[in-house]
Amino acid sequence: MKRKVLSAVLAATMIAGLLAGCGGSSDSDKKSTEDAKGKVYYLNFKPEADEYWQELAETYTEETGVPVTVLTAASGEYEKTLKSEMAKTDAPTLFQVNGPVGLESWKDYCYDLSGTEIAEELTDESFALKDGDKTAGIAYVVENYGIIYNKALLEKAGYSADDITDFESFKKVVEDITARKDELGFSAFTSAGMDGSSDWRFKTHLANLPIYYEYKDEGIDNTDAIKGTYLDNYRQVWDLYINNATCEPTEISTKTADDATADFVTEEAVFYQNGTWEYNNIADVGDENLGILPIYIGVDGEENQGVCTGTENYWCVNAKASEDDIQATLDFMNWCVTSDEGVEAMCKDMGFVIPFPKNMESENTLVNEANKYMEDGKTPVTWVFSTMPSEEWKNGVGSALTAYAADQTDENWDAVVKAFVDGWATEAAAAK
Amino acid sequence: MEKAIKRYMPIFVLPTFFAFILGFIIPFIMGIWLSFCNFTTVTDAKFVGISNYIEAFKDTVFRHSFWYTALFAVVSLVVINVFAFALALALTQKMRGTNIFRTIFFMPNLIGGIVLGYIWQLIFNGILAQYHTALGLNEWYGFWGMIILVSWQQIGYMMIIYIAGLQSIPGDVMEAAQIDGASGIQRLFRVTIPMMMPSITICMFLSITNGFKLFDQNLSLTAGEPSKMSEMMALNIFNTFYGRTGWEGVGQAKAVIFFVIVVAIGLIQLRATRSKEVQQ
Repeated sequence: MKRKVLSAVLAATMIAGLLAGCGGSSDSDKKSTEDAKGKVYYLNFKPEADEYWQELAETYTEETGVPVTVLTAASGEYEKTLKSEMAKTDAPTLFQVNGPVGLESWKDYCYDLSGTEIAEELTDESFALKDGDKTAGIAYVVENYGIIYNKALLEKAGYSADDITDFESFKKVVEDITARKDELGFSAFTSAGMDGSSDWRFKTHLANLPIYYEYKDEGIDNTDAIKGTYLDNYRQVWDLYINNATCEPTEISTKTADDATADFVTEEAVFYQNGTWEYNNIADVGDENLGILPIYIGVDGEENQGVCTGTENYWCVNAKASEDDIQATLDFMNWCVTSDEGVEAMCKDMGFVIPFPKNMESENTLVNEANKYMEDGKTPVTWVFSTMPSEEWKNGVGSALTAYAADQTDENWDAVVKAFVDGWATEAAAAK
Repeated sequence: MEKAIKRYMPIFVLPTFFAFILGFIIPFIMGIWLSFCNFTTVTDAKFVGISNYIEAFKDTVFRHSFWYTALFAVVSLVVINVFAFALALALTQKMRGTNIFRTIFFMPNLIGGIVLGYIWQLIFNGILAQYHTALGLNEWYGFWGMIILVSWQQIGYMMIIYIAGLQSIPGDVMEAAQIDGASGIQRLFRVTIPMMMPSITICMFLSITNGFKLFDQNLSLTAGEPSKMSEMMALNIFNTFYGRTGWEGVGQAKAVIFFVIVVAIGLIQLRATRSKEVQQ
């Protein structure tokens, strides 16, 4: 008896499997009938914008009849998803790379965009990602990051943003807040989480500053061997972050991005190093209370430094897709940045600043706050972190930073320097 | 009956056979081929010879991960099997509630590795925070953390196999031993364990291979921190594949090396314990 039941169950599973197989194939049949006009398959990098891309894709299909599929791979999963999707017959026609290093793996797949309508639309040449003479990618969003602060809390501590003009003055404010932590009821910094969800803020974004100043000194925009001229400055800032935060420096390896956001939203901390994309998560603090400061690291003349402005989001068109699909994709991209619906979705719903003439005034307070530095004539810090040689390099620096935070000795800092300088050389040599 | 089974054999075998080919044989062959290639996507590869293998053997982190993994596999093998066997012995005694206990010990096995990893991470870090340290700061915290996690997860499973083995020992053998005046310890080592060798073979095989190919728990509990010191082989392969541009082939080569090692160890272990099995 038992055996009969078992075989019945097995048979049922088998049939279910067969049926599922049939279901799958009929799905793809439907897709291929619409092939005639070409189609768009966009592999999106920004999970926070996923919902709006889906809507925009639907609108476009209604208007033009061209099917648009949008798949989102959360940032950490992007490369993995892209690698497996690209191997399929229905590969993404539109995908993203994060800059020169990302381009290195995908350059064979990048359609040359020079001379296309969308490339001509760009407000500045620098927003095109070049591979030799070829335009391989087009930036579609410009973002800023710096130290987001809570104006109300800063005022309560007896300061305003005007008191902070360089690293020294910033340090004074931060250490004063820490000294009066119990009386004030809040800390200077949110937790500097080194968990995978948050460590990029330091191993990538904060590390951008010493690299930026070194490139500036040397007059270069990429290198195979970093010198680490400004690593003492990096250490100063890192010390400030970890020793004046809501948690003990030994706890940071366990703190996540959500923890830091929660610290900020619940007014446990005044300063939060993050970018304009974080706006929706921290809007609860109130627009009037949000401001953004440049990250000062103690370099001469940094009073004139602005926030970090740049992009790591470049659109690339899959050169291995069919002619029809490439054309359909180019049309779709162009529509996104020139039509009213497209621009509205990108600027209003997604809150992007787009490097195209139709860009609208943003409703994102952080973007507007960041733009003030530009208007005041401050020099924005460019995003050079896209030249970091590999993920391995970032992870190496991140681990060393965590170990240093737990035990802040010179030896441990030397390990950070080693990961930064020697690691760079090794990784640059290893990238093939 | 036998004829009917023969006649319908293709119906039963073919679906699984195709699934096996599609899901196992083809990726396996492709994997070996790709380990000699330079590629970004798996369908677009360029042959480069054995350079990937050279890179893989030169990688000191990979060598470290091998020793770390081997140690982990051995320690987890011992811990899991000793505890599982003891539990199985305890829960085959005549007492009330053995079924409830068996169920409870088996339950952790029903939870996925990633989830377990994150939950245990909270527990361990909660405790370590009292001493101003954390799991990610010392490779041996991570090591013992993983041992505890994996033991908690797998002891129940191995226990069930051991219980089945214990129950299949014929009562008359035990009775004869008792009448001959064998003490409890003697009966355990001279009768029970030799009769249990088939179960022991299976359990040891499962726990040593599980130890070697541990991935989910490693990824979610320590993610290789600090500085890849707690990175086991499977995670190292994964990180090599995705960590650097152009290193996909090296990751693939490491995967092939890994396969050879695990198969070799599995076979040696099987042979060693098989030879100790006795005929009932």
